[in-house]
Amino acid sequence: MFDIHTQLFEGQDISFGPIDYEKDAEIESNWTHDAEFMRLMELKPVRPMSPALVRKQYEKIEKEIEESHSLYYFTIHAKADDRLIGKAVLEWIEWTNGNGWIRLGIGSADDRRKGYGSQALQMLLRFAFAELNLFRVTAMVPAYNEAMISLLKKFSFVEEVRRREAIERDGRFWDLLTFGLLRSEWESQNASAREEKP
Amino acid sequence: MNDILKGELVRLSAIDPEEMSGALARWRRDSEFNRLLNMGVIHLDSAKAIRQWIEKDMENEGSREYFFAMRSLADDQLIGGLGLDVVAWAFRDAFVAIFIGEREYWGKGYGTDAMNVLLEYAFLELNLRRVSLGVFEYNPRAVRSYEKVGFRNEGRQRSFLNREGRRWSMFLMGILRNEWMEQNHKPVKSQ
Amino acid sequence: MNDLFRGELVRLTNENIDVLSESEIRWQRDTEFHRLADGDPAELHSEKKIKEWLEKRMSDDNPNRFNFSIRTLADDRLIGFIGLYLPFLHGCDAWVGIGIGERHYWGKGYGTDAMRVILRYAFTELNLHRVSLALHEYNTRAFRSYEKAGFRSEGRVKQDQIREGKRTDTLFMGILRSEWKDAFVEGAL
Repeated sequence: MFDIHTQLFEGQDISFGPIDYEKDAEIESNWTHDAEFMRLMELKPVRPMSPALVRKQYEKIEKEIEESHSLYYFTIHAKADDRLIGKAVLEWIEWTNGNGWIRLGIGSADDRRKGYGSQALQMLLRFAFAELNLFRVTAMVPAYNEAMISLLKKFSFVEEVRRREAIERDGRFWDLLTFGLLRSEWESQNASAREEKP
Repeated sequence: MNDILKGELVRLSAIDPEEMSGALARWRRDSEFNRLLNMGVIHLDSAKAIRQWIEKDMENEGSREYFFAMRSLADDQLIGGLGLDVVAWAFRDAFVAIFIGEREYWGKGYGTDAMNVLLEYAFLELNLRRVSLGVFEYNPRAVRSYEKVGFRNEGRQRSFLNREGRRWSMFLMGILRNEWMEQNHKPVKSQ
Repeated sequence: MNDLFRGELVRLTNENIDVLSESEIRWQRDTEFHRLADGDPAELHSEKKIKEWLEKRMSDDNPNRFNFSIRTLADDRLIGFIGLYLPFLHGCDAWVGIGIGERHYWGKGYGTDAMRVILRYAFTELNLHRVSLALHEYNTRAFRSYEKAGFRSEGRVKQDQIREGKRTDTLFMGILRSEWKDAFVEGAL
């Protein structure tokens, strides 16, 4: 049920948290040395970052959150041990049009394929639609990110745009896809999910 | 080596902050112009504020943005602006923005000509591989102009804009270097 | 999508400045290393200055520079640095520079391995068309390493350096993406 008592930042096996300058920087620095993860998460050239550089990036993120009012940044934690396992972002929010762009990733390959991504996306969408009152949510994904594409499709995102050969990586060209989900589509998803529950 | 910044109706020139800010302040009072160009809330900014923003942009411009003033060849009048935002150098892809502020130049081929000049710059000077653009559903004149130049429809983001009490899509279009070179009878070199 | 930053002997990293400065302070005392790596006179800088310079070098602010540290896979030892400099973003070429500060690791394939890793990065992540480098003619060990990594000689500038009273040339080498691809396919790399 989505009512006022809902814990927006608590999921079944994961929770959302703020940036932790002490604990997160080392872990995230390791992620940045993993090019496979970085190529899934970022379109800009992958570059490893020291913990100090990661902290600087955190400062930039918090500054932008404060100044732009169009960015929401969450760390994803495994509930079992409160370990940092990923991040979920809502960015480029345009309030008058009710748009936002989402990005999320689970940093370590060991933590993937456990349903955490699904839970994180569910929580992020609930935040976008029920808390930020957005009208639509957009995700931009390179064609090689099959895991993200199937996750989005599972949540009934519609493939709206295919920018041909927009990405060059690993010696070949890839299309860049844009997926969109309207609030009405998300609501009907949840309505039918509720109906299915015994 | 041809005159790369000159077309048949327009030429691209450097932006003079004083001149451009005065023109933009005037053009933006035309809210139709504003809404065709901008997705965000439209403001009426002073020429002074616009000038500061242009000058700050020019400082940061450096490696990512390439913006020009659009001038008519006939009488050298400043009629609009256009430019490229290289979103990803490693992918050689840029988003193009173009606007004509002087209404009497709408619908007469000036935009199409300017876009071709800019694409030549993009492909033959910046060595880009593709150029992208976003255009609002309620701007059919622009869509026709872009199609004439060779942009292809790549999709649309549904209900992207909320204006005048209804929702509108934003169309995404793209053109690849090879496509544009062929259309303009330029020798196509394999990359 | 392979592990882009990992080779067979080394991996490329980004390090905290205090970790790097400890090594740089030691390496700057080794003038043989300096004379192989650089063309300017050997100097001794304060720790403070070195840290400032490292901050700039290892930051990610500059879109034209991609600098990395080199660590051994076997014992995670920090042994040197390697980086790419793109003179033009809209161009298709970059300069690569490498230095192995830990002498113990000279002549054992570590440099060649690091070079292979960065070439893969240059060609499959930055999508460059070619990579260039320059070296002193007296740096024969480096020349052999670069050849093994796939670089070809492109010329020399005669007698543009004087060291120990002797005039020496600067050699230039380059590798094209197509050459790298061929070598890659053949299994040479």
